[in-house]
Formats: sequence, structure tokens, C-alpha cells
Amino acid sequence: MQRYSGFELFKQSLSHHENWQSVWRNPKPKDKYDVIIVGGGGHGLATAYYLAKVHGITNVAVLEKGYLGGGNTGRNTTIVRSNYLWDEAAHLYEHAMKLWEGLSQDLNYNVMFSQRGVLNLGHTLQDMRDIQRRVNANRLNGIDGEILDTKQVQEIVPMMDCSANTRYPVMGASWQPRAGVARHDAVAWGFARAADAMGVDMIQQTEVVDMIIEDGTITGVKTNRYGDIKADKVGCVVAGNSSVLANMAGFELPLESHPLQALVSEPIKPVLDTVVMSNHVHGYISQSDKGDLVIGAGIDGYNGYGQRGSYPTIEHTVQAILELFPMFSRVRMNRQWGGIVDTCPDACPILSDTPVKNLFFNCGWGTGGFKATPGSGHVFAECLAKGELSELAKPFSMFRFHNGALIDEHGAAGVAH
Amino acid sequence: MLHIFCPHCAEYREEEEFHAKGQAHIPRPLDPEALSDKEWGEYLYFRKNPRGIHHELWVHAAGCRKFFNMTRDTVTYEIHETYKIGEKPTVTAQS
Ligand SMILES: Cc1cc2nc3c(=O)[nH]c(=O)nc-3n(C[C@H](O)[C@H](O)[C@H](O)COP(=O)(O)OP(=O)(O)OC[C@H]3O[C@@H](n4cnc5c(N)ncnc54)[C@H](O)[C@@H]3O)c2cc1C
Ligand SMILES: [Zn+2]
Repeated sequence: MQRYSGFELFKQSLSHHENWQSVWRNPKPKDKYDVIIVGGGGHGLATAYYLAKVHGITNVAVLEKGYLGGGNTGRNTTIVRSNYLWDEAAHLYEHAMKLWEGLSQDLNYNVMFSQRGVLNLGHTLQDMRDIQRRVNANRLNGIDGEILDTKQVQEIVPMMDCSANTRYPVMGASWQPRAGVARHDAVAWGFARAADAMGVDMIQQTEVVDMIIEDGTITGVKTNRYGDIKADKVGCVVAGNSSVLANMAGFELPLESHPLQALVSEPIKPVLDTVVMSNHVHGYISQSDKGDLVIGAGIDGYNGYGQRGSYPTIEHTVQAILELFPMFSRVRMNRQWGGIVDTCPDACPILSDTPVKNLFFNCGWGTGGFKATPGSGHVFAECLAKGELSELAKPFSMFRFHNGALIDEHGAAGVAH
Repeated sequence: MLHIFCPHCAEYREEEEFHAKGQAHIPRPLDPEALSDKEWGEYLYFRKNPRGIHHELWVHAAGCRKFFNMTRDTVTYEIHETYKIGEKPTVTAQS
């Protein structure tokens, strides 16, 4: 792999940047792999990367029906934080946070991870009590967090309306200074490039259309483009399409797929150097390095696979943002899109073995899995390598919905994204 | 924006008057005590989540406040029919 560096940049400039190596190969698939990963989003690519890097398993293919990172990975609002309430979730997301902190160096690819802090606003007394509980729980888990009052919030975001005259006045916030944003495409590309360099095959525009299962054990997948491809183990990391894949393997998952939308404005001068989230009025906003305001909405209430959402949802979001930032009322919106998120009843992911032997699923990240990308891949790679759930993954088995050991992040943990 | 025909009001209204309530036709177990943990878990949490034809429960929240069912395509978002609770869908994935 050609390493990226200041010197390399200079060297390539001498030949007008026309001789850069392509970022990954586009090979034809082999007949058989040790592990097939279905889904070339951030989580699938990270899984492939850590399989090769940590476990030395390089006979791996990533099968992607579209292009790498074209699913939710390239559609999200890129918020990264780890301040979840319950121990199991906090440990998982904090594991990811620690990997984020060294990721650009590790991948030799700038993922533009920017720890600009995240505010989760409180607008009611109950919000503030929940914030206290969560921040205290976070600290006990070694995760940074502070409880701010209105004045302190105003100091961090001077142009937000923190006055008492709003419909839902800002009463305070939780503040995680190590949280922030990252460049979503770069995360997919960085993992893909580094995994490719270790021998992992990226097979794009290849959809898995069925599973080959013999005596309750998976032995491969059927694809629309290359026919059957054999594998010892298969990991499905397909976000909103997880139920479809599970049905191919003959079981159901406790998931529902919903459209989730985001929108970005025209680029404007720097106004917002942190991330503001509010569960109560339901909106979240940050400003990209390019200058556009990045705004996220809530999910549409109905199930949908259409990668577009409905206008009332956008309207509600924009109302919430304008309540907080009246100064944005004249900003024009440039683009709007939707992704298909796989929501789980307890708002926690599923990292699990399944009723089919050697078939594993990593899904259910719903509206908030981007922040977990490196951690999810790291943990899932360990599950695939060992053929059993790793310590961090165990609480997230799909069978928790049979024994009742749910991890309820819905009520408490500022669950937005 | 979906335009939804409420079978109770017998009128088309805009999506915002309604709430989607998930999969339709889930019968409550007659004898919950007799269920295994697996069966109870599946009743509570496991849902059909098809790409295509789906039968779902809706409520006309800002209208008559009554529940009804809908057959809808989850990819095109086309609504094939709405029908009252207790009635059977005429459009199904098989048909
Ligand atoms: C609008 C929006 C905003 C969000 N904001 C945030 C946020 O601020 N912070 C945060 O942490 N999270 C956020 N999320 C959630 C986050 O994007 C996802 O949880 C995360 O990106 C999931 O990554 P993934 O790799 O599992 O899925 P994806 O990136 O969706 O990858 C799955 C891949 O599987 C492929 N696939 C599907 N079916 C098949 C098949 N049969 N064969 C082959 N390939 C297949 C798809 O094409 C896709 O590329 C947001 C999501 C959306 C939609
Ligand atoms: Zn009605």
C-alpha cells in the first residue's frame, strides 16, 4: 500500500498527481473464503479490517450490492459520542471512542475525527434529572461528562437562543468534550483501503440474494453477479436490510426498518464549532468543515425501505432547529436524503450468533451506529474469528429478546444519534 | 406525503393526522402463562419487516382516533388498501 504522507504528496505533485495508486483493487471473487462479510458499509469494512489486522484472517471478501459506504455510512450526520447510560452500551461505545482517537494514524487515512464536544440539551426538569443520572453513570464508567447550566451552555454556543422566552427554554445540558464528528466517507474508504492492502477482496455491485445452508450450517451465499461463493463463516452487516437477509436464512429478527432523514444547507462562514443535540424538541445540528449546516431529523413512524422520508418529518426538525437558532431562518437548504435504519426495541444493537451455525449478524444500530463503527468492527471481528461472542458482544445477542435481558437505552440515554 | 383513506371517516386525509403503529394482525396469546420465554419474546418483540407488501396498524390520531389496518408497499410507499380491524386484507404478498 502506498503510504500517505507530506513527502508522498510532494513527490506526486511533481507528476501532477496522476500516478497515485488506486485506493483498492476491484478483484473478481474467489470460489471460497474463510469469511464473507455481507455489506460494505463502515461496520462491514471495519470488521474485515480487524479480522485481517488483529486475527490474521485475510482470506475475506466484503460483498456490497451498491458501492462501498453508500448505505447509512455515507448518509449519516456523523456524530460520535460514548455517553450512553447502561454499562453494557457505555463499554461498547467507549471501546469505539478509544479506537476513534487513534484511527487516522492506524489507517494512514485522515478520517477527520474532530473532538469538538457534544451538547445534549435539557428542556424540562425531568430532562435535567436524566442528564444528571446519565453523566454520573458515565463518570463511573470512566467516560468524560459534565453537567452544564444554561449560562455555561450559552458560553459554549453564544448564538443559540438560551433565553427564557422560548417555547422550551434550555435549562442545561450534558457535555462530553471528547465527543465530536468524523468524515463518514473517509471512514469507509480508510477501512476499505487498509483491509484491501492486507488482502481482503472488496466485491462491489454484488448483491447477496440467498444463503446456502446445509444441515443448519451456512456454507456460502448466492449472489446476483457471481453465482455461489462458498465460505466457512458469514457475517451479515447490512443495517436496514438485516430482516431481509435473516428471512433468507429462515428466521426473524426483532427489527423494523425506517427511513431516517438528514439535510444540509449551503456553506456559510463558521458559526457553530460544536455539536448540539436536543431530544426534547428533537433536532441535532453541527457545521461541517466545508461550512454547511448538517441537520438530522427523526425517523418516519412507518416501516420503509425507500431511502427517502416524508416532508412533515423535515418540517418538524427544521422547526426545532429554528427554535434553538432563530438566526438560521434565512439559510437555504441544499440537499436532503434518507437512509434506512434498523431499529431495535431497546435501541441497542444486535451482535449475535443466530439459529444457523456459522452465520453471525451485526445489526440493529438504528439511528446511531456511525459512532460505533470502529468498535463494532473490532468486536464483531473477534466474534467471527473465534466463532463465539466476545465479552463486549455477549450482552447484545439477539436472544436477549427471548430471556428478557434488554438494555433499555430508549428512555434514558439521550438516544437520538 | 402519504394520502390515507380512513375507513372509519370514509375520507382521504394527510399523513400528519395519522400514526403508524407497526405490524398488523398480531393476536394476543390466549394463555400467556403457557408460553415459553421464546414464544413470549417473539410475541412482544419479533416483527415482520418485509421489503414490499406489508400489513400494518394505523391510528387516525388527529381525526376519529380509531385504529384500522393498511396494506402498503414498503419500497414504493404505495397504499394498496385500508380496512377496518377484524377485516381481512385483499392484497397480499402472494396475490
Ligand atoms: C440520516 C441519518 C443520520 C444518522 N446520524 C447518525 C449520527 O449522527 N451518529 C451516529 O452514530 N449514527 C448515525 N446514523 C446511523 C448510522 O449511519 C448507522 O448506524 C451506521 O452507519 C450503520 O453502518 P453499517 O455499516 O452497519 O450500515 P450501512 O452503511 O448501511 O451498510 C450496509 C451495507 O449493506 C449493503 N447491503 C444491503 N443488503 C445487501 C445484500 N443483500 N447484499 C450485499 N450488500 C447488501 C448496503 O448496500 C449497504 O452499503 C444516522 C443514519 C442516518 C440514515
Ligand atoms: Zn378517521
